[in-house]
Amino acid sequence: MFELLGIPPQALFGQLLLGLINGSFYAILSLGLAIIFGLLNIINFAHGAQYMLGAFVAWMLLNYLGINYWWALLLAPLIVGITGVIIERLLVQRLYHLDHLYGLLLTFGLALIIQGVLRNQYGISGLPYTIPSQLSGGQNLGFMFLPNYRGWVVLASLVVCIATWFVIEKTRLGAYLRAATENPTLVSAFGINVPRMITLTYGFGVALAGFAGVLAAPIYSVNPNMGADLIIVVFAVVVIGGMGSILGSIITGFSLGLIEGLTKVFYPEASSVVIFVIMAIVLLIKPAGLFGRTA
Amino acid sequence: MSAAVATSGIKVQQATGGMPRHHVAIFIALLAAGIVAPFMLYPVFVMKVMCFALFACAFNLLLGYTGLLSFGHAAYFGFASYICAYSAKSWGLTPELAILLGTAAATVLGLVIGALSIRRQGIYFAMVTLAFAQMVFFFCLQAPFTGGEDGIQAVPRGHLFGLISLRSDFTLYWVVLAITLGGLLAIYRIIHSPFGQVLKAIRENEPRAVSLGYRVNRYKLATFVLSAALAGLAGSTKAIVFQLASLTDVHWSMSGEVVLMTLIGGLGTVFGPILGATVIITMQNYLATFGAWVTIIQGIIFVVCVMLFREGVIGVISKWIKKPL
Amino acid sequence: MRKTGFLLASLAASLMASSAFAQDISVKIGVLNDRSGIYADLAGEGSVVAARMAVEDFGAAAKGMKVEIVSADHQNKPDVASTISRQWLDQDGVNAIVDVPTSSAALAVNEIVKGANATFINSGAGTADLTGVACSPHTVHWTYDTWALANGTGSAMVKQGGDSWFFLTADYAFGHALERDTAAVVEKAGGKVLGHVRHPFPGTDFSSFLLQAQSSGAKVIGLANAGGDTVNAIKQAAEFGITQAGQTLAGLLIFVGDIHALGLQTAQGLVLTESFYWDLNDSTREWSARFEKLDGDKPTMVQAGVYAGVLHYLKAIEATKTTDADTVVAKMKEMPTDDPLFGKGEIRADGRKIHDMYLFRVKSPEQSKGPWDYYETLETIPAAEAFRPMADGNCPLVK
Repeated sequence: MFELLGIPPQALFGQLLLGLINGSFYAILSLGLAIIFGLLNIINFAHGAQYMLGAFVAWMLLNYLGINYWWALLLAPLIVGITGVIIERLLVQRLYHLDHLYGLLLTFGLALIIQGVLRNQYGISGLPYTIPSQLSGGQNLGFMFLPNYRGWVVLASLVVCIATWFVIEKTRLGAYLRAATENPTLVSAFGINVPRMITLTYGFGVALAGFAGVLAAPIYSVNPNMGADLIIVVFAVVVIGGMGSILGSIITGFSLGLIEGLTKVFYPEASSVVIFVIMAIVLLIKPAGLFGRTA
Repeated sequence: MSAAVATSGIKVQQATGGMPRHHVAIFIALLAAGIVAPFMLYPVFVMKVMCFALFACAFNLLLGYTGLLSFGHAAYFGFASYICAYSAKSWGLTPELAILLGTAAATVLGLVIGALSIRRQGIYFAMVTLAFAQMVFFFCLQAPFTGGEDGIQAVPRGHLFGLISLRSDFTLYWVVLAITLGGLLAIYRIIHSPFGQVLKAIRENEPRAVSLGYRVNRYKLATFVLSAALAGLAGSTKAIVFQLASLTDVHWSMSGEVVLMTLIGGLGTVFGPILGATVIITMQNYLATFGAWVTIIQGIIFVVCVMLFREGVIGVISKWIKKPL
Repeated sequence: MRKTGFLLASLAASLMASSAFAQDISVKIGVLNDRSGIYADLAGEGSVVAARMAVEDFGAAAKGMKVEIVSADHQNKPDVASTISRQWLDQDGVNAIVDVPTSSAALAVNEIVKGANATFINSGAGTADLTGVACSPHTVHWTYDTWALANGTGSAMVKQGGDSWFFLTADYAFGHALERDTAAVVEKAGGKVLGHVRHPFPGTDFSSFLLQAQSSGAKVIGLANAGGDTVNAIKQAAEFGITQAGQTLAGLLIFVGDIHALGLQTAQGLVLTESFYWDLNDSTREWSARFEKLDGDKPTMVQAGVYAGVLHYLKAIEATKTTDADTVVAKMKEMPTDDPLFGKGEIRADGRKIHDMYLFRVKSPEQSKGPWDYYETLETIPAAEAFRPMADGNCPLVK
């Protein structure tokens, strides 16, 4: 077989697969941000903290209640989602009549609180969370050793992303949601409880972050800072994709994961900034983002 | 950000009318406080407060007067402090030249990032500036001259103009006081100039400003650059005071802190950020033994400010006495 | 007004300190470290506990010395560390600052102490510059430095048969230095460096870099990074079956607390260097049991270093009957050190404390007999070889 820039194609394929795994996290997180943004018009700065919270809840469920990974995958997003609902009801709701930047500042403050509390309680070294036994081990794909768990991450996130897209774009509930994004007054005139829909949407977006957190718990270290730096990258992803379309944010998430994966092979030194560079280029060429609607 | 404007209901002082009497009084009070402070308090601490006060005021110039929320102001503050520290240490520049060079570097950086960022508005603008600041952080982390995690240490304070030794905290104090007050007066001038009036017009109603024929983006960019430059001035000064430059000052949490300082003191008030910086720095100093509680308390202050106290301390006082502060 | 009070107090303190009678000596020691961030478990409150134990074991009260311990959190920020230590020295009459993890903060404190009449006993920071280009007549670097870790792991691993290396390096000055130092040692010992990959710092996903390390075929993968990065890399190496496939991971800056966090299942087989382990001998076990009762966890080497450093510092004060930094540090260097944790040793002219270092391998869950039973000792690196030779450090004090 030929070599591509000194890298055998098998290795390249392996790296692309790994990129896809990172892309899964970008996709779920940017999807959650996009859904929240669509209806609430705020940027949820606490998204990274809520992702981290998902991982911590999974850890707590296991260590305090003996609840295993599979139930945690269901329960942790639910719990994180409920905290989201409470936050929305108590705090975020009161800011809708103000400039959207206040929502950003509020959620930034919340992120600090969540991180600080967990840091006080559990320190910062990180907590161990083992891969569920059903998914330990891996497959030898010939060109690489793929841990089963990584395969599961891609699969699970694809399913969740597509299901979310389906619900929003193809169901009646989704239609209400999209309509409420365009014109909330009109939708509430049709007898739909818009404030409740907004609350649940925020809860759902946050639950997605929690879900990503549970997925991440066995492979990344469960520590209070795990979301803080990730969220900035996800912001860049969101700027690149533009938050106009659900499918757009999913596609952008996965493809930026791939691009980052390639950078790690060819020029690893730049892999931390490649997404920001792409963001700069997109801003120059298409300021509204690849999938964004120009305002 | 129309809601940010605590003072919008209040008659704005005419730009041409010179400084109103109560502002003159406040500046004199600040000067007096600055002169008395080193005898009452620890001078290095006061210098730190002054650096951050200038930083917060520079940030407020952008957010409070043009409504642009930059979530990446640490980039200019921290990058300038690196340049200043490096030039003072490795090239042996005198402190005033090193500070100027640091400020210039922040200005250029502000021009580049600003030109790209103002292509997006509102929330996007905040995210874009944050992302660029993260890029600057990675640059500072990886570039060989910054010393990575160690930072640039043992920066000489040197001799001002090559003549006056700044080794003593006391001598340095007067220089920092002069820089800070100079910076504040400059910001005050900008805000109360015709240029500043246009900024307010943009903040209140951007489409209207466009229809009046103002090239809104140019005004925004100019303010962005000015704000970055002044943040750089603060960062450079801090490098000389502490004789070091480190990653703390380019990290995103620093960008968050400066937002908090401005918010607590009062967005869009001239004197609010000074108070905000004083409060936050004092708090960090005295709560240093409580560990992670500092983060939690800062978070709580953020939430409380946003929920109940959007005008900030000075904003509230200003409303009270019915005069812009 | 308060300032006047401070002034009077510190004036009184310095008057008392300079008095020649031992029973009048009062010493104030400031433990400055990270109490909330990444090094809170490594140093943190445990270091304060260790310092208090040192004061108690020294029997300060019985010897007529009044020793007070204060502490603060520098949040790993050099400017915070700098403000606190300046204030401690200028206003609060602190005589010695101890611990200070995080290299940037330690170097900042080092600069301040250099120009003041105070002693700096560093235990927590890794930078070898403290006893190299930045060395100071007032600074003692007790527990470890990056050179010693790189050297210990590098040379001992080659001796154990790990003669081909691939580095996973955090892409910033610290990671580069760690890689450079280790690579030099490996090559000197007859090993070969097959390559390296630089990963962004901080990183979360190391799988791509680990695969590159794997395909290099090297026997040892050196982790030239720290903290969360190392933990994540080890975790993911276990996931990708890299250790099971025969390659050994060598941590160049990792501590017992990280192993505790990783769990033995994941960390097993990892090789690392430390200067202290609670289960080394009877006296470390006895001390560590006492420490655990007060702190709740077994001590880390940094906390052990705080204990030993404070103990030696107090002995030097007892001998010289002063807290004057020049005199005390000179005495500390002159007296051989002897404590239950590091045994007998000495402090070199450049401020480097010399003692044995140990190469450990992390036990598998089956080998471990109970909580905190983590290490088996592979090799003892004798004190004379464990640290960078004084001549190579470019310390101005010894030229």
